[in-house]
Amino acid sequence: MSGIVNWAVHFFMLDEGPLIWLSDFLIGIASVGIVVALTYFKLWKWLWDNWLTTVDHKKIGIMYLIAAVLMLFRGGTDGLLMRTQLSWPNLHFLNADHYDQIFTTHGTIMILFMAMPALIGFFNIAVPLQIGCRDVAFPYLNAISFWLFFVAAMLFNLSFVVGGSPDGGWTSYPPYVENAFDPGPGENYFLVSLQITGIGTIATGVNFLLTILRMRAPGMTLMRLPMFTWSVLITSIIIVFAFPVLAVCLALLLIDRDFGSHFFTISAGGMPMQYVNLFWIWGHPEVYIVILPAFGIFSEVVSTFSSKKLFGYSAMVVSMIAIAILSFIVWVHHFFTMGAGPGVNSFFGVSTMAIAIPTGVKIFNWLFTMHKGRIEYKSAMLWAVGFIPNFLIGGLTGVMLAVPPADYQYHNSYFLIAHFHYVLIGGTVFGVFAGLYYWWPKMFGVLLNERLGRWHFWLFMIGFNICFFPMYFLGFMGMQRRVYTYPAGYGWGVINLIETFGAVLMGIGFLVFVLNILWSARYGERDVTGDPWNGRTLEWATTSPAPHYNFAIIPQVKGRDAWWLMKQAGESINGPKGIPFKPIHMPNNSGRPIIMCAFFFIAGAGFVFQWWIPAIIGLIGVVVTMALRSFEYNDHHYIPVDEIEETEAAAGRL
Amino acid sequence: MESNHKFHQEKGFPWKHVVGLFLSLVLTAIAFWLALATNQPPAVIITIIVVLGVGQLLVQLYMFMHFTESDEKAWQVPTIYFALFIALTIVGGSIWIMTFKSLVA
Ligand code: HEM
Ligand SMILES: [Cu+2]
Repeated sequence: MSGIVNWAVHFFMLDEGPLIWLSDFLIGIASVGIVVALTYFKLWKWLWDNWLTTVDHKKIGIMYLIAAVLMLFRGGTDGLLMRTQLSWPNLHFLNADHYDQIFTTHGTIMILFMAMPALIGFFNIAVPLQIGCRDVAFPYLNAISFWLFFVAAMLFNLSFVVGGSPDGGWTSYPPYVENAFDPGPGENYFLVSLQITGIGTIATGVNFLLTILRMRAPGMTLMRLPMFTWSVLITSIIIVFAFPVLAVCLALLLIDRDFGSHFFTISAGGMPMQYVNLFWIWGHPEVYIVILPAFGIFSEVVSTFSSKKLFGYSAMVVSMIAIAILSFIVWVHHFFTMGAGPGVNSFFGVSTMAIAIPTGVKIFNWLFTMHKGRIEYKSAMLWAVGFIPNFLIGGLTGVMLAVPPADYQYHNSYFLIAHFHYVLIGGTVFGVFAGLYYWWPKMFGVLLNERLGRWHFWLFMIGFNICFFPMYFLGFMGMQRRVYTYPAGYGWGVINLIETFGAVLMGIGFLVFVLNILWSARYGERDVTGDPWNGRTLEWATTSPAPHYNFAIIPQVKGRDAWWLMKQAGESINGPKGIPFKPIHMPNNSGRPIIMCAFFFIAGAGFVFQWWIPAIIGLIGVVVTMALRSFEYNDHHYIPVDEIEETEAAAGRL
Repeated sequence: MESNHKFHQEKGFPWKHVVGLFLSLVLTAIAFWLALATNQPPAVIITIIVVLGVGQLLVQLYMFMHFTESDEKAWQVPTIYFALFIALTIVGGSIWIMTFKSLVA
């Protein structure tokens, strides 16, 4: 009996002290509360029919974004915990073990479970509308992608309260993460949940690649694609080529840990550095996967709020293609200090610096788009304008890191931490916020409040610079990353305290954003026109939110900025009057994606704890649900003409 | 949505897929057997596995991805070149980078 109690106490980490008890308590309360509320308001059926089984890209996009904002909250809390611990020398708010777990989950969640789903959410929200089609190429697969990401995120977060979190950093380098040094389920959580979400991401890449290549409205040639859609096309190509490398790399490490092989061990001929090599073959393209769509968002926002067409469209496209190719030949800059020799290091140093050229071209294009434009500083535009100098600081310090001999000094110091937060926050997170303010009306039919939006922007932007700019100097002063505390007497204390103050400001900025969401849901201005910003691309041609079928009649595209041209010519999105509607063919909802992914979760938990029976049951469940799909013949329906007429009449488009 | 219907539907028993599945399983099994149950020198094993890997690739392209059936040469040719470029970069680059091990060992 006491054996079982001891096991359970350890398994649920009750021996880890009050912080974990508090989290257990909060998670328990929140889960019970959600279940009770859903039951009380009789919402289960609504939830199942409208959301859990949906294959509609617009709803899937919304679910991605909700999950991403929640993960931003979790990752941000991790960040604040770390900043609290570091705010003064010799603090004992967190111990070394906890600090290690927190920087690991922070980094992993921010990149894989916050940045990725936020951007993929925007792919879903905007791309089909921008190219004038009714859904993605494979709507059912799209639902599977989402649920794979979702169960992976849940599995990863579970590590916090069940069995212990990974602590090998978001890069999870062997030999430290091999069983010999890091036993227990922690690192398995990392490996398995990234593997699961990675499968979903590859499917998303294939899906959007095909959607953009095959499903464009007539007249929407490649060189007429909105710039965001271009960025998604390029990103999808990078995803398809980069993510399989991650899958292989994680699988090999998991086989090491679960089955005792020696791919990356120090003994028996393993090569730990080969893991590092493989990880960054994926890892560098990954940073472009999370920045290119943000570039796309800024392009849309800058041109819309400057009331001008995008300057240097073809140059933008060419630079993105160049970035995509270059992103595959720079990966060694993450481990110059491995010491591969002057030949290797110089090659990869120079190729890295070359990326600054196409990136610079894009910066100038945004500036020239604004030049002499009628600029409206709406919230979305504030983020876009704020992005330029902040990203520039991140980019230029990146070029400093690309010089191999100098990198031997900067490597793994706070200089690096400052650099990548400037590109990840100043680029990706600013992009996500810009996109949220910009497409919010399209998603929900209400505008976010501009006043709160400005508070959100200024608090977050100023807090961000107070938090991260001094880190460059801390790096020069010798402070290393991933240390849980530091002695007094190096002169680091005050700087760290100021940084923590900045982090708190960012936290307040985020709360203002949450307040804005709540406020707007109740009092926000309704978007009755569907085109609140006087937009240029096709998503603004339909109602907000768009009807289930997006476009009653597939639009004819006559040039770039298709909707702008239609407005100039006084045309309707449904073409000349009197074109008869036809029944619209749409895919059916399906409960199978979420069930299949539940089996993925069970299998994943099996691999984490080396419980082979659940692992096998889970895998069988996955194969069976997949096979059942092949025998599903009744997978679509038609929207009848009178329903279309009704919707179009209500939108005033008849 | 509509365009999904344009994709060509195969009639009858999907022999191609069954043969493809069988071939890919056999190729995988041979690789495992070589690595786990034989005593050849590593160089020999690695060479054979690379050959098996290329075989696997062809099976995937021809049996599952309908490589020869598409009318869209315009997309396929550049994509294949890009894939080759990536594959060469990853394999060649890794070998080049990891030779440091023999230098320091
Ligand atoms: C909310 C504001 C944020 C704060 C206060 C914050 C703070 C920190 C701190 C203190 C560290 C650990 C430094 C160390 O001990 O090595 C860290 C690491 C990291 N952060 Fe953030 N961060 C924030 C947002 C983000 C965002 C938005 C991203 C990505 C999109 C991100 C990605 C990372 C990564 C990848 C690491 C490295 C983790 C590792 O060492 O394995 N952070 N951050
Ligand atoms: Cu990189």
